[in-house]
Amino acid sequence: MPLTRRAILAGAAALGTPALAAAQGAPIRIGEINSYTAIPAFTLPYRNGWQLALEQLNAMGGVLGRKLEVISRDDAGKPQDAVRIAGELLDGERVDLLAGGYLSNVGLAISDYALHRKRLYVAGEPLTDALVWEQGNRTCFRLRPSTYMQAAMLVEDAAKLPAKRWVSVAPNYEYGTSAVKWFKQLLAERRPDVQFVAEQWPALGRIDAGATVAALEAARPEAIFNVTFGPDLTNFVRQGNTRGLFEGRSVVSVLTGEPEYLEPLGEETPPGWLVTGYPVNSVTDPANTAFIQAYKARFNETPKMGSVVGYALIFSIVAGILKAGGTGTEALCDALPGATFATPFGQVTWRAIDHQSTLGTYVGRTALANGQGTMVDWRYVDGASVMPSDAFVRRLRPA
Amino acid sequence: MDVFLIQLLTGLAGASSLFLVAAGLTVIFGVTRVVNFSHGSLFMLGAYLAWSILTRLPPDPAWYALGVAGAALATAGIGVLLEIGLLRRIYRAPELFQLLATFGVVLVVQDLTLLIWGPGDLTLPRPPWLRAFVPIADAMFPRYDLILIVIGPLVLAALWLLFTRTRWGTLVRAATEDRDMVAALGVDQRLLFTLVFGLGAGLAGLGGALALPDGSANLQMDLSVITQAFVVVVVGGMGSLPGAWLAALLIALLESFGVLLLPRATLVLMFVVMAAVLAVRPHGLLGRPQAPARESGQSFALIRPASAPLRALALILLVAAIAAPFVAGPFLLSVLTEALIAMLFAASLHVMMGPGGMASFGHAAWFGIGAYVAAAAAKGLLAPMPVGLLLAPLLAGVLALAFGWFVVRLSGIYFAMLTLAFAQILWAAASQSDATGGDNGILGVWPDAWAQDPRVFYAVALVLCAGGALALRRVLFSPFGFALRAARDAAPRAEAIGLNPPALRMAAAALAGAAAGLAGAVGAYFNGSVFPTTMSLGRSVDALVMVLLGGVQTMAGPVVGALVYTGLYDVLIRFTDLWRLVLGLVIIALVLAFPQGIAGAAQRFERDAAT
Repeated sequence: MPLTRRAILAGAAALGTPALAAAQGAPIRIGEINSYTAIPAFTLPYRNGWQLALEQLNAMGGVLGRKLEVISRDDAGKPQDAVRIAGELLDGERVDLLAGGYLSNVGLAISDYALHRKRLYVAGEPLTDALVWEQGNRTCFRLRPSTYMQAAMLVEDAAKLPAKRWVSVAPNYEYGTSAVKWFKQLLAERRPDVQFVAEQWPALGRIDAGATVAALEAARPEAIFNVTFGPDLTNFVRQGNTRGLFEGRSVVSVLTGEPEYLEPLGEETPPGWLVTGYPVNSVTDPANTAFIQAYKARFNETPKMGSVVGYALIFSIVAGILKAGGTGTEALCDALPGATFATPFGQVTWRAIDHQSTLGTYVGRTALANGQGTMVDWRYVDGASVMPSDAFVRRLRPA
Repeated sequence: MDVFLIQLLTGLAGASSLFLVAAGLTVIFGVTRVVNFSHGSLFMLGAYLAWSILTRLPPDPAWYALGVAGAALATAGIGVLLEIGLLRRIYRAPELFQLLATFGVVLVVQDLTLLIWGPGDLTLPRPPWLRAFVPIADAMFPRYDLILIVIGPLVLAALWLLFTRTRWGTLVRAATEDRDMVAALGVDQRLLFTLVFGLGAGLAGLGGALALPDGSANLQMDLSVITQAFVVVVVGGMGSLPGAWLAALLIALLESFGVLLLPRATLVLMFVVMAAVLAVRPHGLLGRPQAPARESGQSFALIRPASAPLRALALILLVAAIAAPFVAGPFLLSVLTEALIAMLFAASLHVMMGPGGMASFGHAAWFGIGAYVAAAAAKGLLAPMPVGLLLAPLLAGVLALAFGWFVVRLSGIYFAMLTLAFAQILWAAASQSDATGGDNGILGVWPDAWAQDPRVFYAVALVLCAGGALALRRVLFSPFGFALRAARDAAPRAEAIGLNPPALRMAAAALAGAAAGLAGAVGAYFNGSVFPTTMSLGRSVDALVMVLLGGVQTMAGPVVGALVYTGLYDVLIRFTDLWRLVLGLVIIALVLAFPQGIAGAAQRFERDAAT
């Protein structure tokens, strides 16, 4: 059942609860964990996102006539703390299910713990493919497009570039290595003539940008694949601009179009990069516009990608609760596959085969407008359209 | 050839940036002996202050220089306040205790910066003169990097003149050599220390401000810069400014050429360099053996078994711990289990720091080895839990013994930094190896079916961790423990009566490693997973904080510290978003109230009451 406001109201009415009246019964409690102090640039807009969703749903009478509550905790970026907090939420706070996560290893830790405790975990942000493939399990679902999906979205356009000599630069940890691995592999399938002539692996948060840029320059590439983000990206772009690394070269870059990473680049945003992201200032469709207006009215700033993830996370869970008609773990795990929900990016479905949602993202090019970075020539790429074959997924995912 | 010239120049620019941060740290350490963990926070504040100042000034070079100087001065001012308000009050505390205070400052500054400047990265719009390049060897080289290349040696020269050609500098150097003598000659040491700390903080602020145009002011920069700065200072020799410059040059050049030759080595290169330098020159490139610090001749109070009332208290606690599974819910039990693991981990570090006299900044290495051994036993050998719990301490102990053989010659901060290097190398290996699952770690390390019940697992943890901590206590009151303390307090005399200090230290390292490994294994089964973060610097710092908080020179110290630290953390993280601010303030308050640690203060209170 697609989740819309009307559907919720209908559901509420069906249960004999007067819509917009105070919700009856015990509240539905979602235990939420994220790296609020470790990665505030992403997680604080994310928190605003889920708060907005919560307020909207409760203003409409809650879910199944019950009020929706989120009990939120900071994992400080440490997987072992996340597991303990997950235990606290389940045993101390008596939450119905777990949600959240930003770092991939935190997501995997919570996922394994939830499986052990036989409870549902809906991961919002963690990008690692392992969460739904190699380490995928019955009780874990993941909302955001994975590292594989981000790479696959970019490869479509990257394969059309004339460039044959490529270099890559990615942070030296799992996200960086798997993004480069998939991009290389998928690009090679479409373009057997390309070769990667150099790769750079700066330590996360400690990029030696000048040396990295000079080393890439020395390889005389025709195109660059970038996976760095946050402070590393700012350093990389500034050194690259001064040293002319991007002149006359194609650059393909993961996540760079997301407002949280694009905004700090400011007037130094290099134009023409092929990126995944969220063109928050130029989307005009009703779903996005309604979300952006509500968000601006509530928080007095434009939403970031994290805000969309937080907002959609709540609706993705509610879709399962409505379909299951309750919050029992088994019922939810049966109900979520195939459940459909509305997000600012459009209708999204939970895939049955690997518990990945079909939430997509925008692919476009960077541009400079009024001294600020922005995305142009963008299109929305549905997550379902870049998935590998079912056989491929079954091979990776344990039965 | 061209690319080598470019990397050389890039390395030189990097060296200047590194030197600015390290210079402040080494000046502060050389004079005050404070291991200033908050130096990275001062660097971060310098960058944020520079952003606030420079975005309000006209974008030309003169105003830029003025703005940067303003940010450096403001950071120096913060340093002065920090010294007067906090550090001045605890110079007489045991060695490394100031580290705990500065750790509290790190936490407070993180939250305050977030509150003041917000979560987003702040960038300085670069005017054309900052974006300009100079054509060198067919490449475009940033002009700003050329400016940085010059600034480093200029600052070095200025500091050298300050310390060798002014009366103030002479006094500071005298205080470095023998502060009691300087005080006896009627020099106001307090003012001297305050100014030195302000100078060091100002240099950190200058470094942060000058780094702003090449990147952003962001909330991660404090921790990313602090390890680098420590490595540079130690490689150069603590307290040596020319050494710091040389080390900055060495490390920056190796990194810029390393990027070219070994791009995957970025996680470890710096630490490998440090380990290599310390193996050849145990006091760094230009360092001298640490002058017997101000406490020369100070002997630690003899550690005696606790008095009857305290023993009774401990017994009550133990009985309560045994009764816990029958009354506490699963959540409280998981908190207690975590506290037990932390307790054994802290107690194992205490063996090295207290009686062993070897402070370690990399103790998480043994904890992590234990955790990975347990995970390998469970997932690789499919062995039952007791096998993992047995193998983990064994292997961690053997590795600690082997490691001890290499490092017992080193002392003080150099020993601590070599343990850090070792832990960081292990951490990088675990992050990058497929055998350990890389960053994604090893999952599904759950206890055997019989121990899955939280109450049963708690009982297992209680037996192993409390039992382990009690066994360590027993060992330290045995002849071995007394011999170890003799070797720490007076190595020559210990040798004269036939003891073998290096062997004693190695044995202590093996014992501590085995105990930490056991804690790590229990932790692995408790969390059901192992990640490289189990041997990260943060985990090592946790152990240090627990030991120092409780008190190094008491047996109960690490236990009390572990309980207070994990308890505070667990409570605060549930009730406030600003847990770092509150935790930092509590730590600072405890540091000021109990300079001997909490258990040390209790002991003193009891002794005073008795007399």
